[in-house]
Amino acid sequence: MTLIRISSPHAHGSDSTASVMRRVLIATVPGVIALTWFFGFGSLVNIIWASLVAVACEALALTLRRKPLGFYLQDYSALVTATLLGIALPPYAPWWLIAIGVASAILMAKHLYGGLGYNPFNPAMVGYVVLLISFPVQMTAWAPPRGLGEVPGLLQALQACFLPAQYDAVTMATPLDMVRQNNSLLLEDLWRDPLFGRWAGIGWEWVNLAFLAGGLWLLYRRVFSWHAPVAMLASLGLMAALFYDGGSSASGGSPLFHLLSGATMFGAFFIITDPVSSAVSVRGRLIFGALIGTLVYLIRAWGNYPDAVAFAVLVANFSAPFIDHYTQPRSYGHSKSGGQP
Amino acid sequence: MRRIHDFHGGIHPAENKLQSLATGIRPAGIPSQLILPLAQHIGAPSQPLVSPGDRVLKGQLIASAAGHVSVPLHAPSSGQILAIEDRPVPHPSGYSAPCVVIECDGRDEWVEEPSGIRNYRACEPSALLEKIRSAGIAGMGGAGFPTAVKLAGKPGAGITTLIINGTECEPYITADDILMQERAADILAGVDIMRHILKPQEILFGIEDNKPAAIAALKTAAAGSDVEIITFPTKYPSGGEKQLIEILTGKQVPSGGLPADIGVICQNVGTAVAVRNAVIYGRPLISRITTVTGDAVTAPGNFEVLLGTPMAHLLALAGFSAEKCERLIMGGPMMGFTVSGAEVPVVKTTNCVLAPTTREMPTPPPAQPCIRCGLCAQACPASLLPQQLFWFAQGKEFDKLEQHNLFDCIECGACSWVCPSHIPLVQYYRAAKADIVKQRRDHEKSEQARLRFEARQERIAREEAEREAKRAARKQAAEKRAELAAEGGDEDPVQAAIERARARKTAQQGTAPANTPDGGVKQLAALREKLAKTEQRLALSREAGEDNKIVTALEATVQRLRDRISAAEQSPAERETP
Ligand code: SF4
Ligand code: SF4
Repeated sequence: MTLIRISSPHAHGSDSTASVMRRVLIATVPGVIALTWFFGFGSLVNIIWASLVAVACEALALTLRRKPLGFYLQDYSALVTATLLGIALPPYAPWWLIAIGVASAILMAKHLYGGLGYNPFNPAMVGYVVLLISFPVQMTAWAPPRGLGEVPGLLQALQACFLPAQYDAVTMATPLDMVRQNNSLLLEDLWRDPLFGRWAGIGWEWVNLAFLAGGLWLLYRRVFSWHAPVAMLASLGLMAALFYDGGSSASGGSPLFHLLSGATMFGAFFIITDPVSSAVSVRGRLIFGALIGTLVYLIRAWGNYPDAVAFAVLVANFSAPFIDHYTQPRSYGHSKSGGQP
Repeated sequence: MRRIHDFHGGIHPAENKLQSLATGIRPAGIPSQLILPLAQHIGAPSQPLVSPGDRVLKGQLIASAAGHVSVPLHAPSSGQILAIEDRPVPHPSGYSAPCVVIECDGRDEWVEEPSGIRNYRACEPSALLEKIRSAGIAGMGGAGFPTAVKLAGKPGAGITTLIINGTECEPYITADDILMQERAADILAGVDIMRHILKPQEILFGIEDNKPAAIAALKTAAAGSDVEIITFPTKYPSGGEKQLIEILTGKQVPSGGLPADIGVICQNVGTAVAVRNAVIYGRPLISRITTVTGDAVTAPGNFEVLLGTPMAHLLALAGFSAEKCERLIMGGPMMGFTVSGAEVPVVKTTNCVLAPTTREMPTPPPAQPCIRCGLCAQACPASLLPQQLFWFAQGKEFDKLEQHNLFDCIECGACSWVCPSHIPLVQYYRAAKADIVKQRRDHEKSEQARLRFEARQERIAREEAEREAKRAARKQAAEKRAELAAEGGDEDPVQAAIERARARKTAQQGTAPANTPDGGVKQLAALREKLAKTEQRLALSREAGEDNKIVTALEATVQRLRDRISAAEQSPAERETP
């Protein structure tokens, strides 16, 4: 009998990186269903095409870096990046746009920095911002929601993606654009526009609630802690309340409008919770989330982009190491100042 | 009701305790050989008092304590000393160490009827401590610190709280649980002795709430006494000394300090029983309760084992199938370590022998990259950031590691347990700690070597300077003589007159010996002597790491003396040629 010598602990919990990533993928399902219902099959096609490109890029990068393919592909992280980017991109985006976005995310934002766990920026958001800066026209074209226009079917969605030249896109301003550009109507009057629903934009409110549901499930499964999402939503709501201005024509929109518009919930539960590029300690994550919420509002109200989550997240990613430096938790047996009690 | 405090983090691994609780304590009998390592405790190894061939009796002293932090060792059964040699011992590094090997004769003859102190309350604590020391008791919960040393404590450190640790939070292990169930009165008798020694204001007995039978037994046994039996929710590692103190008192042991610094002492339940046996019955520590469990044994349970019993003997009693088991662990699954083979003996700190099947504890999968999910930080009972420590440990950034309080890590393994990327974090921390300790020691050594080297260089330079000075003085004297001899010859008359006048003047003054060549040499020698002394003093104080101020002051003095010497060496030459 030869016994192996191995360091403690000898027992292990049941979680694995792959199971964490799988849960994240599962949790996107309600949001994706809502997107598909209100905006057609565009997002689904985005996700599938992005996933194929992502796996190819990941395999290419791993081969170039001489890493075992099977072992690293199993962690599902490339699929998660692709899915998140596919959701963030406007539906009916052309194939090359998606491919460029995914390649930037996987090759540049992830593998150039050393692969999973070493990337300081959220890969999906890097991909998104690269596209937004390079192709602003394609990136700001959102399809009209169900009820305001024809919702394209699967075939049309495929055509839009792979034969973009033959596809005649119908696009429309998003509710966030409307509120930002509004300077003459009281909010109340603006709300008469058919684009608005009960709390926010038609369709958007449900998409956000669906992502909220998925996020709550992830919280329940303890995939991440509540600190960053709650801090982000709270600070966004607070900023919106501060600048609500009683619903005048200069109003930035109600807190509820902001919470249920654009990529708020998707960002709060699927983007800023990316552990790799966020702050590490509990206090750090609170600050990290609050910073993003504040930035999202500032960019939405005074910036020039359709939505602000991507930029806010990248700025916060950049500050994460500083946040970490100042929020090291008090270890057992140390006083607050870092000395002893 | 006492308020229970919580500690940060913690995990809930599968308990797996029922397997070994099916039966009560079973005697493990007398094996054919007992292997007794001389170092079963923290501190200096014991000194053997017997030689191969000697016959020893049960309870006979076979090795004495070597110094203050050490314990003696007794023969657990009668027999013959077979050898005193290196044998594989249970140790994380798996090495061999000196052991006394006894070939048992099976007669189990006692050395003599040991005498105890029944009426210990009438005894001085020092006498009781002596009893405990001579019984060879070392902390039986796992650390193995000499119990008498811990109980004696720092003089003047008032102990207000005595904590009895019946937590046993490690999965699988039930040795303390069964002891509390079956021998609650013995434990409390031991606690009472410790009360007499320490005179604490309160005695808190902490147990996790997953041991209802033990809690009931203790409550019955403690009825009417002031020992508070306190139960709290099960969570690993609540049995860690620091965590238990926080749970029961809400206080934290200062980093780098001891529980005694906040007036607390912790003792394990097994240690309490050993103290009772030593004081009341005079019996040395020669056996303990050990859990044998894991799916590779068919009859898991708790055994009363003679110290030195090879694990193989115990495993056989529990129905061990070697082919199912690829690692043998001393201790529990969280903090236990693998041993090199089943021939290693049970020692004073062996609370469990765990023989898992390969299915039960599979070889860990290769580690994946850290995704910084932070689960480890949420689980860490020391409130560290394990993912950052891992990062710095990989980069060997020792400063950062210390800044992130690596040395507050209790190696509980909670971080590794939760890590979804299966990173063996604790292994990295152990290695980093060892590296840092080694670096510190190397640094100290090289610092000492540097000081020694410098002192030597200085001495050589000084001796050289002295020789040089002597040579110069001799040369000068010779020149002087030659000059004097030449005087009166074909010499400049004016110069000669001046010379004579000056000589007269010098003779008249007579008070400035330095101005005469002879006086100058004397003064120079005095200065040199002073310099040498000061330099010696400087080297000494540097070596002793004395206050910076002293060193600087000495350095200044040395410099001043050197200046004066060189000035003095110059001046006679100058005088010769005005
Ligand atoms: S649990 Fe593992 S993967 Fe997660 S942050 Fe800690 S070390 Fe990294
Ligand atoms: S092993 Fe150390 S770092 Fe890991 S959880 Fe325990 S105390 Fe924290």
